[in-house]
Order: sequence, then C-alpha cells, then structure tokens
Amino acid sequence: MPELVNSLNWVIGGAQGSGVDSAANIFSRACALAGLHVFGKREYYSNIKGEHSYFTVRVAETPIRSHVDNINMLVSFDAETVFRHSSDVSEGGGIIYNADIAETKIDEVPTIDDHASARIKKTLEKAGLGFSVQDALEHARSRGVVLYPMPYFQLLEEFAKKVNDPALSKLTRMTNVMALSASMALTDFDSGLLARAIQFIFKAKKRVAETNVQAADFTYNYAKAKFADQNGFRYKLQAKPADKDIILVQGNQSSAMGKMVAGCRFQTYYPITPASDDSEFLESNDVLDLYDSGDKGSTVVVQTEDEIAAIAMAIGGALAGSRVATATSGPGFSLMAEALGWAGINEVPVVVSLYQRAGPSTGLPTRHEQGDLNFAINAGHGEFPRIVFASGDIEESFYDTIKVFNFAEKYQMPIIHMLDKAIANSVMTCRVFDTNKTRIDRGLVADKISDSDRGAAGNYLRFKLSDSPLSPRIPLGTENAIFWNTGDEHTEEGHITEDPELRVQMMDKRMSKLDLALREIADEDKAVLYGNPDADIVLVSWGSTKGAILDAIDRLQKDGISVKFIQVRLLNPFPSDLVRSLLGNSKTVVDIEMNYSGQLGSLVRQHVGRQPDYLVVKYNGRPMSLDEVYNAVRRISSGNAPRRQVLKNGT
Amino acid sequence: MALKLADYKTDVHNDWCPGCGDFGILNAIQMALADMQIPPHRATIFSGIGCSGKTPHYIKTYGIHTLHGRVLPFAQGAKLANPELEVIAVGGDGDGLGIGAGHFVSAGRRNVDMVYIIFNNAVYGLTKGQASPTLKLGMKTKSLPQPNVNNSVNPVALALVSGFTFIARGYSYDIRHLKDIIKRAVEHKGLAFIDVLQPCPTYNDINTKEWFQGLDNIDPETKRVMPRIYKLEDTGYNGVVNDPSELNEKMAKVVEKSNEWGSKIPIGVFFQNEHVPTYQERLSARIQNYMEYPPAHQKIADANGRPITNIEGLLDDLRVDK
Ligand SMILES: Cc1ncc(C[n+]2csc(CCOP(=O)(O)OP(=O)(O)O)c2C)c(N)n1
Ligand code: SF4
Ligand SMILES: [Mg+2]
Repeated sequence: MPELVNSLNWVIGGAQGSGVDSAANIFSRACALAGLHVFGKREYYSNIKGEHSYFTVRVAETPIRSHVDNINMLVSFDAETVFRHSSDVSEGGGIIYNADIAETKIDEVPTIDDHASARIKKTLEKAGLGFSVQDALEHARSRGVVLYPMPYFQLLEEFAKKVNDPALSKLTRMTNVMALSASMALTDFDSGLLARAIQFIFKAKKRVAETNVQAADFTYNYAKAKFADQNGFRYKLQAKPADKDIILVQGNQSSAMGKMVAGCRFQTYYPITPASDDSEFLESNDVLDLYDSGDKGSTVVVQTEDEIAAIAMAIGGALAGSRVATATSGPGFSLMAEALGWAGINEVPVVVSLYQRAGPSTGLPTRHEQGDLNFAINAGHGEFPRIVFASGDIEESFYDTIKVFNFAEKYQMPIIHMLDKAIANSVMTCRVFDTNKTRIDRGLVADKISDSDRGAAGNYLRFKLSDSPLSPRIPLGTENAIFWNTGDEHTEEGHITEDPELRVQMMDKRMSKLDLALREIADEDKAVLYGNPDADIVLVSWGSTKGAILDAIDRLQKDGISVKFIQVRLLNPFPSDLVRSLLGNSKTVVDIEMNYSGQLGSLVRQHVGRQPDYLVVKYNGRPMSLDEVYNAVRRISSGNAPRRQVLKNGT
Repeated sequence: MALKLADYKTDVHNDWCPGCGDFGILNAIQMALADMQIPPHRATIFSGIGCSGKTPHYIKTYGIHTLHGRVLPFAQGAKLANPELEVIAVGGDGDGLGIGAGHFVSAGRRNVDMVYIIFNNAVYGLTKGQASPTLKLGMKTKSLPQPNVNNSVNPVALALVSGFTFIARGYSYDIRHLKDIIKRAVEHKGLAFIDVLQPCPTYNDINTKEWFQGLDNIDPETKRVMPRIYKLEDTGYNGVVNDPSELNEKMAKVVEKSNEWGSKIPIGVFFQNEHVPTYQERLSARIQNYMEYPPAHQKIADANGRPITNIEGLLDDLRVDK
C-alpha cells in the first residue's frame, strides 16, 4: 500500500488517570510543532479513576475542524482500549498494544459494561473468534490491520537498568509515553520534536520531563529496531515549515481568554463539568497584564455555594459596575432561571457561559449534546429580553466572548453564550487570537447625571421612558444618582408599581431592546453562509457541529455534490430576515443538530416559516463525525434518505 | 452640611400594616445611617422578598430588592466588585433561614465585610402568616391550620457556627438600642448579623409586643410585670473575643445565651471576633491591588475602545511556531 504522509487519525485510550490526556497533549503539541494542523477531542466517563477514556487526534497539513470515525493508529497499553476501539481501526492502520495482556478476556475487564461487552462479543463470535485481547487483535489483523506488540514491563525494566534507576521499573505510569513514542517511531516522526513536546507538557516538573524524554527516546529506538523488518507502517508524519502565528489551544481556555480581554473582572461559578475549567483558568491567571501599565488588572473568581448564588452574585457585581460572568452547564443553568428574569426586568448586563452537556437531569454528565437551545431561549418565567448566542468552534468562542459582553452592556440584558462539551474538551490548531481585531463597547453608562435625568422627586430615573428603550446604567455608589431595583414591575425610579399603564410601557421598553439588538447586530454575528450560495441543498445548524459540517462540505465538493451551510449564531432574538434570505430558493433544507428533536429546525419553522425537509440528529452523547455528516448528506442528495436520520457513531 | 434623618427617607407610600415591627427597624437603619453620616450614595440596601423585602424602597440610598432567599449572594457580589460600598442586606426570617439558609451558612464562611439584618417575626408575613423557620415547635399562630410541626432554628447559634464574626439581637420596639447595634455592626470588620425580634401584629398573635413587654408575665410576689426582653450588656455579658485563646469560651456562652427563650429573652451583642480575616483581606492576599483596583473600578479599554488586557504571555505559551 502507498504511503500516506501527514494525514492520520490517531487514538490513544486507557483508564482514566493513567496518562491518556498527557500522552495526547504531547502528541498534539509535537504534531503542531512539526508544522501540522491537529484537531483533538477527549472522551471520558463521569469518573475519576479507572473508567475508560480516550483521546482522538486528527493530523493534516491543512486546518481541520472535526474528527473522523476510522482510526489509522490505535495506541494502547490496556485491554479495554483494544476491545473498545480495535474494530474501528481501518485497513492498513496499526494497533500498538501491550504484549503482556494479550490473553486477557473481556470478562476480566470490569469497566466494560454489559452492553458494550455483548456488542463486542457478538462481533468476535460472528468471526468465529474467542473473547480475549488476542482474538480482538486477530479480528483486526484479518481485516488488514498491522499489529505492534509492545512488552511494556520488560521495556520498563530495561529502561530502569539503562538509566541506573531501579525504581523506574515500577513506574507503569510511564507506559503512556512509551506507547506514544512507539507510535511516533512507526510514523517516522522527528524524535527531537517529540522531546520538545514532552518538555513542554511537563515544564512544571523538570525531572519528570527529563525521565519521560529518556523513556520516549528509549522506546522510540526499540520500536524502530523491532518493527524495521515489517513492511513499514503506511502512515507517516513529516515536519514541514510551520504556518506563522499558529497556536494549539484547548476549548476550555478560549472563552476564558476572551473574558480577560473583554474586561470581565468578576466571575462566579459552582463546579460542574464541562464548565469548571473556564473558571479555573481565570482563577489560575487572576492577576492580569495590562498594556496600560498605570493601572492594575485582575479577575476575582468566586466559587459559590450553588448556581443560584453564582448568578445572584454576578448580578450584584454587575450592579456595582463590573463586567461579570458565570459559567455553568445544564443542571446549574436550570437553577439560574429565576435570577435570569431578575436581571431581565432590572436590565442588568450579565453573561452566562452555558457549556452544554447531555441532559436531562444529570444525563450523560461528561458527554456532549446541544439539548439546551429551547431552554436557553425560554428559561425563566414571564417574558423578558435576553440574547442567546452560540459559538461554532474554539477560535470563534474567543472573539464571540468579547462580543457578548458588548451585547450585554449595550442592550442591558442577560446574555446566554452557548458553548458545549465538544468545544470545551477539544483542542485544535488555529490562528493566534488577535486582540487588535476586538473592541469594547460599554453601552450607555453614566458616571454623572444631569437634572433632566431626574424625576419629580429629584431621583435619578434609571428606567426613564423615552424614545429610546435604553436608559443609562449607573454603577452603585455613584454620587447623586440613587435609584432602586426590584423584581416587581417598577416605576422609572425603580420602585414597585402595579399600574397597568406603566406595566405596558415598561414591558415595551424592555422587549423593544430586542428589536434594537436585531437591527444593530452585524449580519456576520447573526448567521453565516458557507459553501456554494446557489446550491440546492442547504444545511442549517448552530454551535459546534460547524466543524464536522464544514469538513463534510469539502469532501462532498470533491464528489461533485454542492451544498451550502447556514450557521446560525444569534438564536435569540432570531434573525428571521437574514436566515430567510440566506435560505434563498434552496430546494432542500436539512437541519443538523446534536439533540433529539431538532430544536433549531423548529425555530426556523417558527420564525422563517420554512419547515426543514430533513432532520439529521444525534443524541448518544458523542459529537458528530465528519463521516457521519458526509454520509447523511450524501444519502439526502441521492434521494434515499428518511426524513429523520439518527446518527449513532462513537465509543 | 450635616445629613439629617430626613435625608434617608423616601416619599414612597409605606404599605406595612399599622403597628408592624418593621417600622422600628426601618427607623433604626435610617437613624444609624444619619448618626454615622454615611452619604446616601455610598450605601446600598439589599433585600429579599417579603414584607421586610420592601425596606429599601423606603430608604434613600441605593436600594436593591432582590429575590426570595437570595439577598446575601446579590449583596456579596456587589460588595466584592466594589468594596467601597457600604452594604446592608435585610430580609425576613423565611427569606434568610428557610429558602436562603444555604446562602446564610456560606456567607458565614466568607466573612465579607457587610451587615445582614433579619426581620424575625416567626411567620411568612407577605404570604399570609405560614410558619417560618423561627416559629417554635407546637405553636399555632392565628392563620396556621395546625400547630407548627417543625422545630425552630436558632438564628444566633446558626450564625455562630457558620462563621459570622459579629452576632447581635435587637428588638424592633427598642429603636435606639437597635440603632446602636446597627452602628456597631457597620463598624465591625467582617460579616455582621443582627437578628431582630419583630412583632407581626397581623399574623403572629403569640410573640406580640405585649408578650415581649411581659404583660402576661407577672412576678408572683411583687405582682409586677416582668418584661421578657433584657439587655445582655446590663448583665455584664461581653461577647467580644479580645484574644483568639478566648474563642471556645465565648462561643459556648453565645450558645447558652441564644437558647434563652420564654420568660427571659436577651438582646444585645452576643459575639464579636475580628481575628478572622475578611474575604476582602483574603482576596488581597492573592491579588495585591484588589482594594485599589477592585473589579468595578478597573479600566478595561482605552479611549478608542481597544481592550487593554495583554494576553500575549498566555498566547506565547500556546504558540507552536517558535
Ligand atoms: C421563589 C419564591 N417562592 C415563594 C415566594 C412567595 N413568597 C413571597 S414572600 C414569602 C415569605 C416571606 O416570609 P419572610 O421571608 O419571613 O418575610 P416577611 O414577609 O415575614 O417579612 C414567600 C414564600 C416567592 N416570592 N418566591
Ligand atoms: S403582615 Fe406582619 S410583617 Fe407583614 S406588614 Fe403586616 S404586620 Fe408587618
Ligand atoms: Mg417573616
């Protein structure tokens, strides 16, 4: 088989806590240092130690935005990874496995649940095989997969002897780096770059870094020598000159960095996956560098007693004049509903970073879903204005974060910034974030008020009724500008009222801010069109499905299938006119979403009057792959698709 | 020009029932603000929901009437974003010790420098007199269908074990005494809690003004009325922890005193301990310039709206082209 250079889908698996993440981070970093583009995603159980986790990293010479189903290189050191993933390794691909555990039977692996076990056994049984690691490997081999046994225990011993440190022979934790290193040897990857990546990942621990570099080197040479006589692994990774200004960034850092730039100086949170990382990143970097050296910058991050306190505290901070945010996921957001309405009626700018995961209730706590769109738009009783905005990928989430803070303050309302597990737990190469492209707009905020802003009683009219629905915000503590807030309907001063006429005026004032936002927000922030504008098939989606859809469009293009894609970014208020015009005369509308019911599809029908012709949905907790989207759209284009396709891939 | 009591009053119609104990608390807060000459704009009164929740609308300072049970998180958020604000949180006993009890306990752990006053009437006033968390077991106030099946929480002891560093009790009809407590609470460095016994003439027909006065509590010998309320300070009680070594002893006294109820009910300062760092001090230990540049006072953009936060250091770490 011909060699394939710089196009690889690499997967490493292992028990949670056994170094899968570090190995994958080293691999991603090494490939990025080699001038290649990577897209990686992490899958894990709601568990701390022992359950199966794995990391998929796709490598290419051009930017990539999604994962694929077929594995070219499976890197393992435990039995479960072989059982769970070997059937996804494609012909010509390879499996690196622990030679010492080949005899392990599937029933001896307690973390493989009955359902998965039954599925795997069925496959092996069909092939006339038994239920051991060896059988699973044999099954793969029979399909043209190349096997690379690694005697990790023996290697550890030899390595310990070589570096004269007997204690190391017990250091099974290092098998992750050994396994990784073997895969690098098979792909002829530059071992110097691998060493640099290891040093980077372990930079806080010099000694650990050094030992790991040595172990990597040792294993690299071993694998080179041992597998030299085999015909050679088909997939190769070759360093090339790196594009300029590329970063390798994780999705749980990007929005947090956006918050720093946006000037969010107060963030509250209650721990929840996958949102906590955002707050922890801010807290780890709480003292900020400023270009303007006269001032000092810092972010106060408060871990609250629950999510009700988190949003209430954030609102308090906003009233005092700070840009504020709280980060949460579905269960926490459910608790925030009442306070969201308080921020709505009192016109308080507060940003909620909603990192969705699979619900309802605790759902699949560490898995992906886009099931909270309807809820984000409707959370809270009564009617009040809010902006719901969704980012499509890591890079967007940085810039969007700065934008949503501007929206919050310009329109004086709560903002729900939709992110999700797929974004938070993925890593990708992209262009370095450019803060020169960003601007801060704090909207109408006054530090002094004039007499014309006062009412009959001489008090500041915080909610003054005028031609514009926007009345200047005043930070608490401002001289001569006392006002009141209440969750009850209020007068212009902010006192309680039940007057029917005033009620209508205040509702109109608040709700018409949505019309204003819809007029003012740039089209590119409402919805973006990709692909051929004249295509007959149009895909509509929102959020993190963007990557798989764009990559699928490229592949479809090569097949001569022309489609376009509307990524809706502003979900509330809904940009009906723009979406209608982007839909144009397309014959076939396909709604693609990571939920059961096609929530965006319903919004399109509601606001644009166009019922999507096809629904492509997924709700098994695993993000959509490029292949799944590609196949689903191909089926539609060939006319053989059911109205609703449910995607089910993923381990 | 000196600020007068009138400067802290609004012209909003007060719709509390005639004779409600809330009036006394409102007056005491306004008197304390005037005594301390706190400029109205420097103070913010936060409240929860209930009859008591309406308090801020009657006071001419910034007034934030929040959600049922959530007054403490709102208030702490504002204070942490701008520590210069004089923050006073108020609310009902249901608000603070029922639906908001989790926030009460957590606020104690933080010790944010502010004041929290509970209007303790043993009922849910605004929802027409249901039992509140401070109503004693077996009591049947007039709108209860059955006697109270729950035991009552002890607000003073709960505040103590939660970590409040100033704990006092006032009585809404002893306005001067309450005013003095509020002043001490404002001056206290840390989180101050005041439990105010507040008769609700409409729904609590047990713990009435007359009951507190002891009109039914007659000394069998002298035949004189024995007021239930007495002042801790009149008995030589001193709850101030002067040295951390006294802590256990003083805490034990607080619990003992807080359990007094029935014919003798103490008011006054139960406890004060300034040896615990405030949340602001804890933040300053991490963020040196926190007090000078708190969240609300930080510059975040230049005159052209360009952000001034420099994340190059973080990005450099992520760069792969060097
Ligand atoms: C979430 C929520 N649940 C219920 C209510 C209804 N409610 C309004 S006031 C109140 C109780 C007030 O009692 P308390 O806090 O003791 O204040 P008081 O009226 O006695 O001053 C309740 C339950 C509400 N406003 N919000
Ligand atoms: S119901 Fe009770 S607490 Fe409420 S205003 Fe009337 S007397 Fe006061
Ligand atoms: Mg009450």
